Amino acid sequence: MDSHAEGHTAAPVLNNSVPVRHPGRWISAVIIVGVLAAFLQSLFTNPNFRWDVVGTYILDTKVVQGVVWTLVLTFASMVLAIVLAILLAFMRQSENPVFRWSSWTWVWFFRGTPVYTQLLFWGLATVLYPTIALGIPFGPAAFTWVTSDPTHGLIPAILGLGLNESAYLAEIFRAGLKSVDQGQSEAAEALGMTKGKIMRRIILPQAMRVIVPPTGNETIGMLKTTSLVLAVPFTLDLTFATNALANRIYLPIPLLIVAAFWYLLVTSLLMVGQHFIEAHYGKGVDNRVPAAVNPAAAKAAAAGAPSADAEPALKMDFPEEEAK
Amino acid sequence: MTITTEQPLVKIEGLHKYYGHHHVLRGIDLNVNQGEVSVVIGPSGSGKSTMLRCVNLLETISAGRISVGGHLIGYREVKGRLHDLKTKEIAAQRREIGMVFQRFNLFPHKTALQNIMEAPVQVKGQSKAVARKRALELLDRVGLADRSGHYPNQLSGGQQQRVAIARALAMDPELMLFDEPTSALDPELVGDVLNVMKDLAKSGMTMIVVTHEIGFAREVGDRLTFMDGGVVVESGDPREVLANPQHSRTKEFLSRVL
Repeated sequence: MDSHAEGHTAAPVLNNSVPVRHPGRWISAVIIVGVLAAFLQSLFTNPNFRWDVVGTYILDTKVVQGVVWTLVLTFASMVLAIVLAILLAFMRQSENPVFRWSSWTWVWFFRGTPVYTQLLFWGLATVLYPTIALGIPFGPAAFTWVTSDPTHGLIPAILGLGLNESAYLAEIFRAGLKSVDQGQSEAAEALGMTKGKIMRRIILPQAMRVIVPPTGNETIGMLKTTSLVLAVPFTLDLTFATNALANRIYLPIPLLIVAAFWYLLVTSLLMVGQHFIEAHYGKGVDNRVPAAVNPAAAKAAAAGAPSADAEPALKMDFPEEEAK
Repeated sequence: MTITTEQPLVKIEGLHKYYGHHHVLRGIDLNVNQGEVSVVIGPSGSGKSTMLRCVNLLETISAGRISVGGHLIGYREVKGRLHDLKTKEIAAQRREIGMVFQRFNLFPHKTALQNIMEAPVQVKGQSKAVARKRALELLDRVGLADRSGHYPNQLSGGQQQRVAIARALAMDPELMLFDEPTSALDPELVGDVLNVMKDLAKSGMTMIVVTHEIGFAREVGDRLTFMDGGVVVESGDPREVLANPQHSRTKEFLSRVL
């Protein structure tokens, strides 16, 4: 064995073989770059884009307020949807058949009707129920909310978007919970952990790895679905604001560019956030090499340490923050 | 749990298990004394893992009784009638019983150290400092003092299984259940895990070990039970059973595995 190993200590002559050529790649790349260049040129030379108008309105008060309202709608309806979806996913797994059945029906209904229809309905709900009062039926009311107040299209809009979204998220959460190996809850049960603790500390953190990417997708989708709230009607969001300005000055294209710019900016920020959330919940799965966990060990490995195992820093300094 | 030395720590009486119409366990009787290592062998499908999983209620008991330390597992007996325990009461019973699984089942999102600390902190309410100190001792005991910060996927199968043993020991159980602890391991990694189990046996831990490791049974076992078709075919001193099996089914099984 030893002599065999010694026989290979001299550096081998590398093969340096001639790689296969790919002319097709070059041709298609040239075509794509050409088309792109032509389009970019038109962006700058075609006067109909009216970049001057884009510049005037990009920071217009109405537009910036529209961005803020769009963000409010997106986050409020996503928070509502997430809370409902967690509940729905747990109910779907419950041993109680009434819970399972009602969760299924909810998803069936809200996924099965268009969100536009639902938004119209929530807008009209103010006609069905002009005031909503919380209290004893036929008795005194503890809390009253006049739904016909015209400034409150916001609540029906959030309800419409959030309830619709909860049906989709419930399915995502259910898939996430099911993705965690049965052995995980068995191991936790065998340690004497209670059901609630098993869910919170063992199952959910692992399910999140599966849940986060599609939920990020849904959040970005929601950002754009908020443009449908004129059905309620709620008229302060980004799409409505830019459309209103475009109709006033008879220049739709520059204001579509303004809207697209803001949607892209917010989407990009959301993607950055999603990246960090994914990295957090990927711990223990997406890091097969110990060095990736531990910056000190990575540095040592780069400096020529034979293996990460030989680096004593590895034992102590990474994940013990929880112990403090 | 209060332990009385006269009666066995684990008493399994007339245990039956059905999955639907499938009769998996057909009347198992098994006693395990305090400090004893009871090894259970048998062909796959013989019900040995199911029997083990009944002891800490990972499987419900269809008929029969299991008691650990004089306490009936899973039930309360009131006027001759059995009442199911609540999930919280079952959880409390499981705290006294450690279990090691064939597929390790470490928590992949936690480091080795966090895996071991989890139950003492979350279940027993130990302070993190105390749990951490004890977890590091246990890691040292299973020969993995230098792996505390590793996630399970950064450990070999044998190392994962040793962390899993340490995790179970952190709850200071009265009894340890091993469900084919070396069956999922590469052959060269089996020895390390068996050595940890031998040390544990020497320290006086009561253990029920379902395994295919005949050598372990011979060397460490106080009692060897051979199961087949949901019943105990033969049970006795491991060296005697292995050298001189009384039943043809035992002989046939041993001739295939030895």
